[in-house]
Amino acid sequence: MSKPVRAIVITGHGVNCEKEMAHACRLAGADAADIVHMAELLAGRVRLRDYQLLNFPGGFLDGDDLGSAKAGVNRLRYAAVAGGENLLAQIRSFVGDGKLVIGVCNGFQLLVKMGLLPALHGDYGRQSVTLTCNERGRFEDRWVWLRVDPDSPCIFTRGLQRLYLPVRHGEGKFVAQSGAVLAALEAKRLGVLKYCLPENDLPTLDYPWNPNGSEAAIAGICDESGRVFGLMPHPEAYQHRTHHPRWSREPELPEEGMGLWLFRNAVEYIRRERL
Amino acid sequence: MAAMIWRIEVALKNEIRDARGDRVQRELAHHFGIAVERVRTIDVYTVEADLDRDQIERIASEPLSDPVIQVFGVNRPLASDFDVLVEVGFRPGVTDNVGRTAREAIEDLTGRRLAPGEGVYTAVQYLFKGKLSPEQARRIATGYLANELIQSCRVIPRAEYDAIQGAPVLVPKVTSSVEPRITLVDLEVDDAGLLEISRRNMLALSLEEMRAIRGYGRRPEVRGARRQVGLGEQLTDAELEALAQTWSEHCKHKIFAARIDYRDETGASRIIDSLFKSYVVATTETVRRLKGADDICLSVFKDNAGVIRFNDDWSLVFKVETHNSPSALDPYGGALTGIVGVNRDAFGTGQGADLLFNTDVFCFASPFHQQELPARLLHPRRIFEGVVTGVEHGGNKSGIPTVNGSLVFHPRFLGKPLVYCGTGALMPAVVNGRPGHEKKARVGDRIVMTGGRIGKDGIHGATFSSEELHEGSPVTAVQIGDPITQKRMFDFLLVARDRGLYHSITDNGAGGLSSSVGEMAEDTGGFELHLDRCPLKYSGLQPWEILISEAQERMTLAVAPEKVGEFLTLAAEMGVEATDLGEFTASGYFHCLYRGRTVTYLSMEFLHQGLPQLQLEACWQPPAVTEPAVVSPQDLTGSLLGLLGRLNICSKESVVRRYDHEVKAATVVKPLLGVDDDGPSDAAVLRPLPDSFEGVVVAHGICPRFSDLDAYAMAANAVDEALRNFVAVGGDIDHVAGLDNFCWCDPIHSDRNPDGRYKLAQLVRANEALYDCCTRYQVPLISGKDSMKNDYQIGATRISIPPTILFSVIGKIPDIRKAVTMDVKYPGDGVALLGRTRRELGGSEYYDLLGVSGGAPPRVDADYGRRLFKVLNQARDEALLASCHDLSDGGLGVALAESALAGGYGLEIDLSQGGSGERLPDDVLLFSESAGRFVVTVRAPYRNRFADLCRELDLWWLGEVTDDRRFQIRGGDGKLCVATDIDTLKEAWQAPLKEL
Repeated sequence: MSKPVRAIVITGHGVNCEKEMAHACRLAGADAADIVHMAELLAGRVRLRDYQLLNFPGGFLDGDDLGSAKAGVNRLRYAAVAGGENLLAQIRSFVGDGKLVIGVCNGFQLLVKMGLLPALHGDYGRQSVTLTCNERGRFEDRWVWLRVDPDSPCIFTRGLQRLYLPVRHGEGKFVAQSGAVLAALEAKRLGVLKYCLPENDLPTLDYPWNPNGSEAAIAGICDESGRVFGLMPHPEAYQHRTHHPRWSREPELPEEGMGLWLFRNAVEYIRRERL
Repeated sequence: MAAMIWRIEVALKNEIRDARGDRVQRELAHHFGIAVERVRTIDVYTVEADLDRDQIERIASEPLSDPVIQVFGVNRPLASDFDVLVEVGFRPGVTDNVGRTAREAIEDLTGRRLAPGEGVYTAVQYLFKGKLSPEQARRIATGYLANELIQSCRVIPRAEYDAIQGAPVLVPKVTSSVEPRITLVDLEVDDAGLLEISRRNMLALSLEEMRAIRGYGRRPEVRGARRQVGLGEQLTDAELEALAQTWSEHCKHKIFAARIDYRDETGASRIIDSLFKSYVVATTETVRRLKGADDICLSVFKDNAGVIRFNDDWSLVFKVETHNSPSALDPYGGALTGIVGVNRDAFGTGQGADLLFNTDVFCFASPFHQQELPARLLHPRRIFEGVVTGVEHGGNKSGIPTVNGSLVFHPRFLGKPLVYCGTGALMPAVVNGRPGHEKKARVGDRIVMTGGRIGKDGIHGATFSSEELHEGSPVTAVQIGDPITQKRMFDFLLVARDRGLYHSITDNGAGGLSSSVGEMAEDTGGFELHLDRCPLKYSGLQPWEILISEAQERMTLAVAPEKVGEFLTLAAEMGVEATDLGEFTASGYFHCLYRGRTVTYLSMEFLHQGLPQLQLEACWQPPAVTEPAVVSPQDLTGSLLGLLGRLNICSKESVVRRYDHEVKAATVVKPLLGVDDDGPSDAAVLRPLPDSFEGVVVAHGICPRFSDLDAYAMAANAVDEALRNFVAVGGDIDHVAGLDNFCWCDPIHSDRNPDGRYKLAQLVRANEALYDCCTRYQVPLISGKDSMKNDYQIGATRISIPPTILFSVIGKIPDIRKAVTMDVKYPGDGVALLGRTRRELGGSEYYDLLGVSGGAPPRVDADYGRRLFKVLNQARDEALLASCHDLSDGGLGVALAESALAGGYGLEIDLSQGGSGERLPDDVLLFSESAGRFVVTVRAPYRNRFADLCRELDLWWLGEVTDDRRFQIRGGDGKLCVATDIDTLKEAWQAPLKEL
């Protein structure tokens, strides 16, 4: 018997997509998907090491008040954990153990700002890219087409070519610290997901297909191991055909939503690698 | 000793685009015609705390700035390359959410709590480059960037900035040295004296009410009881305030409870003893009786929200509120508080419910208003932008999808905007062995308050005047919601609910603790509350202020004494404040103490039953209405395009996209639909349980344009429109409940309000319509609210809103996969009109477009309508319909255009063939707004079956969906009366409110 696949979904302080994230993990085959409030981790009652898939869902951590996820990173770094190391250290050990981490939207912002993504050269502590205000200066909810880089090391997107998912954010514009960082990302094929034109899969800088003005049309990136992955669009929001905005006029849509594919890849990897 | 003051500025690096500044630049050009070269922004944090330079540098470099895109300066100004700078900060005591988060970040980073007196205050600098006169800068600052009611702004020209080397440091700290005291009020005065006491203390109590209170104080048994607790004969300030809150129009609905002498147009007179009981409650009672075993109501009118059955395991909760006056003063804060406030209502229903969706309906004057504004009114565009942003932040940051709404425009909403906010929630049918919708505080339970702290926010609501402000005095009237503090509280309370840690829960809204504890204590018959134990935002509050403060994000709970420890520990762990304030008792008294001294000792019975009933007069005189002479032009293409571009009809996509409408992954019919995701949905469908296909349908109707002709028609059409929308997407007409939200202009006759009797008669007629329609449709009313004073009067200018009912509905669809959307889908499908069209153009968008008035408003035939709805439900079950769209503003012409442009296919319509009844002119057929009608498209194989289902109704096959983009309508004479294409239609429809 293979070891059960256990996913943990972190919530609290403004996270708001935890339920659908956990449900997506279950539908994708995880044996357990526990929604755990940050307080449980700080009290030391729950340890990350008991899980193999770590989910940071979307939401508005601390209201995005200091810039998205900024206060959240500060909490992970400084809030005391009863009888253990701080959460940032626990997360780094989790990654070091070869396990999988996914951050969606606010969770992606959190991963980037804590330095876990893209963590070039395995430096999981230094922030080198960011997600900032959409160029149009507005929060937007709209569905976007995403091109998947087939040559990326990303575990979550293996075998996928194209995704259709909703973005729902005000701070999703991807910006790299320098041209060198962006070039390194591209060279290492870490820019996994790119906003693209619906008709030809070409990455685009044009609104509304690229809804926020992201550099190099980047919608999601992974680290060099491919096991840490973050994206602005919401895969957990497309689990069933009736989540698709045009399901009532596209009868040929498959029953299962495309968003689940990402979680299924993760669960299969964990099973295969006996993590 | 004062702590050190640090000023941290955070700016974007020069090469990084400033989206916030760019938007300001675009809006200045668009709205004010002011072109500037560039706008950049800087965030300012003023930290007053005992921290050293190292700590401050770390705070600035880690949580407060982003190293990839930002730079920071500690006590070092960053602004450069600008001509004028405007700095906008908050006034003392105003909720500063960013400041609160920065404070928490500092506490996490330093590992210590900031001490009393220490604090963080935020501001934003706008740097303008280009030609901008000081007057222009001031106008932009006060008329666009800041709301001086809650914010302070400073305009600093470049030369001045350079001379003083940066903007001067401001610490907007609440300073107060007042000592808590209890003031006694002598009510043994004459009538004029009583009224003066009411006016001076902003109690809003009438002479009869003041006399009743004086009479209470004179009772010998009351005097005896007061002596026992150390109180004299005179009432305290806190007692008078508690009575004023409990007896306020807002809390007691005095007009709806009044005894009304109603005279109709024939002069016949009758007495209505409470509109609420005679119409609203009577509707529900009648419907529940009619439905018998199929009754869906679980909890109506008694809790914070109504509750109906969803399935065996789950119940649905729904509540809609208004927040009009606060939104008129501060559109952003007022609307934000409106949405997070109604969230608490739904959450605090029964033993607590999980929030599922939000709905918003806003009524404004035109944002393009050109004429001069009466004194103290904000421009409708500012109200529009502020309200939309407030609800965006409230809904999105709370993680609740906004699934349904409307923007309604009428010139008289200039006087007062209407901001309706609704929230639905899902409640377990059984919680801890008891029905989820039932709760009861028990004698001996502790009174526990949780969530935010108490400040002077919202004391006396909107009656405050800004002249009383001084430097250092907190703003009391306007509140700004804090969605994150509330979200944390809800996360905590759901855990507490499921662990059975409390017996009862309610929201702190209007009247604050006075109302929440006072109402909960009706279960036990009394309470003892220690006001000095309440956590405060700052010192200097009087006991009466603590009692009635409407500070946000607070819930009150009844917690069994043996559970208090666990409750408080859980709260602390989850980062939520909770405080034990006293005990629910059976004493029969509303008993508050401050440092051991009694400050209120009022009989619960008098407080809740002692209010004298209001006596009012209503007189109905139908307005003289004649049918205007309108000659229908042969070509109606221009009329149709004109209608599509009207504010009440045009696309609201620029607003809808700003709301997250699909968080929670439950929304399956979204607000934007069709081939390009930009068509207007009739209603929302949600799938709340991921393991079931049962769905929730949410819709609404609102028709203020009819109220000047007849408030009966206004109300009836609102009910009909809501149900049409509901049924169009597939909602079950036998499983739906309604909520009525009345917004009226003052219906009490007085010298200042000479037509009060007519406005009250309008209210009576609207209630009659509600009863007549809902009982025929068999739709119970489960909750509602009224806001009765939506007038503006300063000097000789009086603007009264058109009386407006928002009718919201919530119900069920058995299987969400059977939901029907409004976009046409397949070329070749038959297009049909279902329902009867009459010459009913009174109050229509078409007459308004033509600039004519008069005419008959639509009449609702609910018996016919119910049969029609049943047929549509049957068609849904048999999956006969490819699309279905409700006909409302703009009638058939607009509905056809919307369905076509959303679906991306043309239409070929012929009005010369088929149809039944009276032959109407083309413009009447196309633009009359008769109720109870739908446009459907049907695939060829299902046409006969659908026609068969509709055989006893009016079904008119109008034409076909075509495989091109042409949109053509042949009139009664067989000649083209509309010839255009769907791209032109869409352009006209999208132009007015397109995103900048």
